[in-house]
Amino acid sequence: MSASSDVGFHAQRHARWHYGEAAFWLIVLACGFLFPSRYLIMTDILRLALFAMSLDLILGYAGIVSLGHAAFFGVGAYAAGLLALHGVINEPVLALIAAGLAATVLGFATSFLVIRGVDLTRLMVTLGIALLLEALAERFSNITGGTDGLQGIEMQPILGQIPFDMFGKAGFFYSLAVLFVLFLLARRIVHSPFGLSLRAIKNNPLRAAAIGIPVNRRLIAIYTFAAFYAGIAGALFTQTTAIASLDVFAFDRSADLMLVLVIGGTGYLYGGLIGAVIFRMLQEVFSTITPQYWQFWIGLVLVVIVLVGRQRLHYGVLFLPNLLIKQIAGRKAVVTVPESEA
Amino acid sequence: MTSILTNLFDGVAYGMLLFVLACGLAVTLGLMNFVNLAHGAFAMAGGYVCMLLVNQHGWPFFAALPLAFVSSAVIGIVLERALYRHLYTRSHLDQVLFTIGLTFMSVAAVDYMQGSSRVFINLPAALEGQFDVFGVGIGRYRLMIIVICGLLTIGLQMVLAKTRFGSRLRAAVDDPRAASGLGINVPQVFAFTFAFGCGLAGLGGALSAEILGLDPYFPLKFMIYFLIVVTVGGSSSITGPFLASLLLGIGDVAGKYYVPKMGPFVIYTMMIVILIWRPNGLFGRTAAR
Repeated sequence: MSASSDVGFHAQRHARWHYGEAAFWLIVLACGFLFPSRYLIMTDILRLALFAMSLDLILGYAGIVSLGHAAFFGVGAYAAGLLALHGVINEPVLALIAAGLAATVLGFATSFLVIRGVDLTRLMVTLGIALLLEALAERFSNITGGTDGLQGIEMQPILGQIPFDMFGKAGFFYSLAVLFVLFLLARRIVHSPFGLSLRAIKNNPLRAAAIGIPVNRRLIAIYTFAAFYAGIAGALFTQTTAIASLDVFAFDRSADLMLVLVIGGTGYLYGGLIGAVIFRMLQEVFSTITPQYWQFWIGLVLVVIVLVGRQRLHYGVLFLPNLLIKQIAGRKAVVTVPESEA
Repeated sequence: MTSILTNLFDGVAYGMLLFVLACGLAVTLGLMNFVNLAHGAFAMAGGYVCMLLVNQHGWPFFAALPLAFVSSAVIGIVLERALYRHLYTRSHLDQVLFTIGLTFMSVAAVDYMQGSSRVFINLPAALEGQFDVFGVGIGRYRLMIIVICGLLTIGLQMVLAKTRFGSRLRAAVDDPRAASGLGINVPQVFAFTFAFGCGLAGLGGALSAEILGLDPYFPLKFMIYFLIVVTVGGSSSITGPFLASLLLGIGDVAGKYYVPKMGPFVIYTMMIVILIWRPNGLFGRTAAR
């Protein structure tokens, strides 16, 4: 077998659906029916999961460290809010796409700034862009509502059929559907030749360029694409909570997002989803123990994770399930171990 | 005319203050290539120590300042030996996560111990008010800051350029392996420098309580300012961050005075433009390694 067909074989085998993945989505769907009293928090987790998946696309696959991903979340949130408030686009799904596109435009425009320079410059520029947008939103408070935020947003029924109810049931299933569709798209993309080339860039940009991958163009493409996802996550936030305020741009949001992804692991798409669940649970636990100071414990979790080492931690967590699968099914583990961090 | 000069004076004082706050970071970030987003936490620690000593124990302000330095330096060296040194060789992402974690912890811890409202340090009467020089209003407190920070800057430059320790540090930064091959104890040099930088931040925190405001969110609020100073200033020498601090201080004061509606907009735009134009900083020599 020649080398190229060998690579293709492995890539294809890797891209096939596992039973574990199907089970994962069935469990998520089942949660919607099992816990009817928890729709609000579950919707929140789905939004966070989508947002984290967006960061995973650039961090886990392309290796771009961003401290300002909330910029796109915020633009999506305000775009959706303004569209609904002024009745420009009333139908939520269309508004969602429009808001995502607004974030995409910003992502495309700023991607040229981000691909320049090394990690440190990227950190600074992404952080700077998010802060800049926050300052802008505060400045033009006649449009954005300033610190009070956009209020009085009335959401129309989804596709003109399903109205948002006060228990958040419609919101939950709506978010789940959006998340699933976008997940399928992202899954398709990261297993495509395009996605493989991103991994090559992440591992060694110089070598990737040497074998003919247009590094800068690929990075611009994935950054723009991730901005679209973050914009959709922001728009979902506005649509399901009917509010958009200045804190959508806050630094805490970007920092928390990093934590979500670090908990879940980068580079296999499920990291954001799993991380979002664990993060929200941790947050719940901490804020019941110490309502005002939960941030301390979140910080401690971050410090411990880094000190123990993310690699080792994920190996430890996955050790038992992998062992069980090996023993019972008698074959190689299906639970993917997250890729190593460059 | 006089208002321009007064603004310029305030801007210089502000810039000097930023320099003392951030020059420790210039060493860790610029020279040791460690992304320490928790730098502001050390400044806050110094500020709170000074506040407690002056307000609750009745220490004179000028006696409390050195203690602010010492306490931050001690915290710095303990953390460096215990935690930071394990992360020097790790990826930037790990360093960012770790130091964000530390920042969150420090914010919540100070909030828990001292409350979330802004605190003030009782200043001696001699430092209050202002006097006129040819019609230009000169604040006494700001003048003191300029004097202290100016002396510190000159001292730092002398230490780096003239002393044995300075040449050791420069050697350790240029090429750690070669330096340790020559018998320089590189980890020790780094630890000492880190602690000294934290101490300076603590001193800066104590001095800045009056001007920047001191509350538990200090490390998050001013993180971007410190980072701007270092990235814009570059890391080749101490002069780069110094000039960047002055530029930032004057720009920020002037921006707030002449175009108050634009708020922090001016600063962020300036930073992004400069970073795009010269990714290694205005006075940078090489890329961050």
